[in-house]
Amino acid sequence: MVNITDIGHQLAEILDSYHVDYIEAHLEESWSNHITYRGREPESIGKTTSAGGNVRAMVNGGWGFTSFNSLENLSHRVELAVKQAQLASKGSGEKSNLAPVAPITNTVLRGKNNNPTTLPLAPKKQLLDEYNTIIWGIPKIQTSVIGYGDGHKRTIFLNSQGSYIEQDRSDITLRVAAVATEGNEVQQAGFSVGSTGDFRAITGLHQKVAEMAKLAVTLLSAPRVKGGKYTVVLDPVLAGVFTHEAFGHLSEADFVYENKQLQEIMTLGRSFGSQELNIIDSGLIPNLRGSYKYDDEGVPAAKNYLIREGKLVGRLHSRETAARMGEKPTGNARAINYRHPPIVRMTNTYIEPQDTSFEDLIGDIKYGIYAKNWYGGTTSMEMFTFSSGEAYMIRQGKIAEPIRPITLTGNVFTTLKNIEAIGNDLEMNQGGGCGKGGQSPLPVSNGSPHIRIRHCLVGGE
Amino acid sequence: MENILSQAKRVAEEAEVFMVSAEETPVQFEANRLKHIQSKQSCYIALRIIKQGRVGYAITTRLDDRQTLVDAAVETAAFGTEAKFELPSLTSYPLVRIFDPDVESVPTEEMIDLGKQLIATVREYNQDIMCEAGVSRDIISTRIINSRGGKLDYKQTIFSLGIEGQLICGTDMLFVGESKSSCHPITDIKPITEVVLRQLELASRQAQLTTKPLPVIFTPNGVASALITPLMAAFNGKVVLQGASPIGDKLGQSIFDKKLYLSDNPTLDYCPESSPGDDEGTPSQRTPLIEQGTIANFIYDLQTAALANTRSTGNGSRSSGGVPAPSPSAFIIEPSNTTFKEMVSDIKEGLVVEYLMGAEQGNILSGDFSGNVLLGYKIENGEIVGRVKNTMLSGNIYRLLKQITAIGSDAKWAGNAIYTPSIYCPQVSVATK
Repeated sequence: MVNITDIGHQLAEILDSYHVDYIEAHLEESWSNHITYRGREPESIGKTTSAGGNVRAMVNGGWGFTSFNSLENLSHRVELAVKQAQLASKGSGEKSNLAPVAPITNTVLRGKNNNPTTLPLAPKKQLLDEYNTIIWGIPKIQTSVIGYGDGHKRTIFLNSQGSYIEQDRSDITLRVAAVATEGNEVQQAGFSVGSTGDFRAITGLHQKVAEMAKLAVTLLSAPRVKGGKYTVVLDPVLAGVFTHEAFGHLSEADFVYENKQLQEIMTLGRSFGSQELNIIDSGLIPNLRGSYKYDDEGVPAAKNYLIREGKLVGRLHSRETAARMGEKPTGNARAINYRHPPIVRMTNTYIEPQDTSFEDLIGDIKYGIYAKNWYGGTTSMEMFTFSSGEAYMIRQGKIAEPIRPITLTGNVFTTLKNIEAIGNDLEMNQGGGCGKGGQSPLPVSNGSPHIRIRHCLVGGE
Repeated sequence: MENILSQAKRVAEEAEVFMVSAEETPVQFEANRLKHIQSKQSCYIALRIIKQGRVGYAITTRLDDRQTLVDAAVETAAFGTEAKFELPSLTSYPLVRIFDPDVESVPTEEMIDLGKQLIATVREYNQDIMCEAGVSRDIISTRIINSRGGKLDYKQTIFSLGIEGQLICGTDMLFVGESKSSCHPITDIKPITEVVLRQLELASRQAQLTTKPLPVIFTPNGVASALITPLMAAFNGKVVLQGASPIGDKLGQSIFDKKLYLSDNPTLDYCPESSPGDDEGTPSQRTPLIEQGTIANFIYDLQTAALANTRSTGNGSRSSGGVPAPSPSAFIIEPSNTTFKEMVSDIKEGLVVEYLMGAEQGNILSGDFSGNVLLGYKIENGEIVGRVKNTMLSGNIYRLLKQITAIGSDAKWAGNAIYTPSIYCPQVSVATK
């Protein structure tokens, strides 16, 4: 069987023999397991093994890219990438360029102890069976949906500038959801958790599962909120999604680097929020799913302030976007796997905590909404919409009756300015995945303390 | 493949080997210029076995490692679902044309030209617009063999062309776009650019709606973005079997407007979602889902059909990478005879929805939806007067589709998997800032 370590060194020699602007290659071996339940019984249990790679070349500022599963005849793949880059360079006006980074040779392996894919299936299924039994024990539950996945991969990155980096990473995700019905009403509740390979992160959630299933039943009789403007308090999970969706994507430089009009909106120094607002993306926090040592262009991960004291101070870069904007690479070029070229992505994105307690945050709200948990979210840069997984009315400074989950929408710029209080209780959510450019779900995490937003548009009849 | 099948047959009662190999060539334009030319070769094999009555499943891209694949399938079978189905034996398939050798021979240079023309035509209308465009040529081979002698083997070509434009003025952003796919090469950009230019024209002015229930026309793209996701879940045989579909117990009942006809149809020639058989080797068929407002069928794969005491509708799909599960091929809503213009002229104050953002993130099963009108226009006294912003639309698709004022004559593909006309609803909740 072909081994990527052997091929890596052969490939390095092939890359050396080309004299073009730039060539890089990724090689990858991966292993993964999934177990899904839909209803009382498992729906699908499967194991996947994969190997493949890609070559990306730049000639006269044009990009060529080939990806492949077959690890044979790699010199042909390199040749094809170079030819395509030549063709691409003829058709484009402006040229791509790369910001300089020091070449790196390193091996960063966490080793076999951190590989959840080698654990036997039996205890994994046992745990999910326990969770599923709890859900089915709650009256009015119609069905359950459980999705467990684990993965481990080894990657080799090399480029024509002398970098050779070997890394591995592990990932576990668990999504548990319950569907309750009564008459014509159907309601659901769910949560997601994850880790960088530690199976214990998804054990011991029995009580959380029970509460979630009960919530689905509670929602059956909960009223819908009337559409309109409200003061809304977001919990750390939903505020984290808001940070990622509404602001994080805007700070990805590939949206702005070739767009003068967007650059004007995203001028460094521009005010986006109150003095209290700090937003950070950091790939360096240990044991978070968005963390890594080097990105997929061989650039070290970093802690990057995006907003500091309310002002835009930074953005996320690949080598190409950094070169174009005359800024420094930030280590945010990531590819979900070898089938795609790296693009600018977030890592772990969060709002820094301040000192307001939750009680003080809601204390002076006479009539508002407390929105918790994440259901989904999308953004079009200017506008965003996202949905809570649960919601409550706030009346006279107290959490009151549950209501149906809400959908929030708004203009990013006004909404960030409308954050009027930031809590002291930062929590990172490890259950998310990010989609962009057909690459989904990329492991990321996001977080925030509780935050309070005024004049938020909430959907409803 | 045959080797894997015989190796698997030695350790299991039944086995099925599924293989897809693809060569894809996407050409991508960003910021109005050619950015990337790519070539993607991929191949994977999925092995499904039935061992001691239970399903085992494994996938690999490593064609050089058969033993690991078979071992992995055996390992999972110990915990797998009880198999209630029989793999299809040798059978005949409908003739569905999805291969055109001309796609294979489209030179990359010609694809670059198409992308440039798309961008040039749109920028001729408005030179401030920033465009992303993509032109792609894909050739995909699919093979299935199983231990009961079943065998399906077909090759498909897909040619796709699309453009997205972004116009920014201050912090105001407008997004327009259109795409088209076919199993034939696409050489004419006009059907795409015409749509985009019309979007730009209609959105060139802004208009303000009032917060109240209003008549709404969903264009084909509007229908696809706002109303289809809940229907796809509701007609899924698996959701029905679990009792989670709100229409699961309403087979034969009239719960939609009598003007509504919906079918799932993977047998249309030269459509990207078509194929002679599904991912389990069940022959493809047209399945009526809504006939004159009445629920006619649900969609099934082999296992779900067996559990529900019915037959597979040829909707076994491996799109999620797991074992086959029911999934729609192409949802076809039948057009009627009202023109789009007639619908608009019927409305005193109302809304045209071209794209609703975020509708699929609500409670899909209940049919509730709520989203931001990313692209939509205000109707005033029978005329489109401008683009609306900061507008949220909420409703329940079962209530909306129960009483439809008119179904359009303007059916078109909205993406590869939805073919629909415009739908005119008398009253939908609109909230605006």
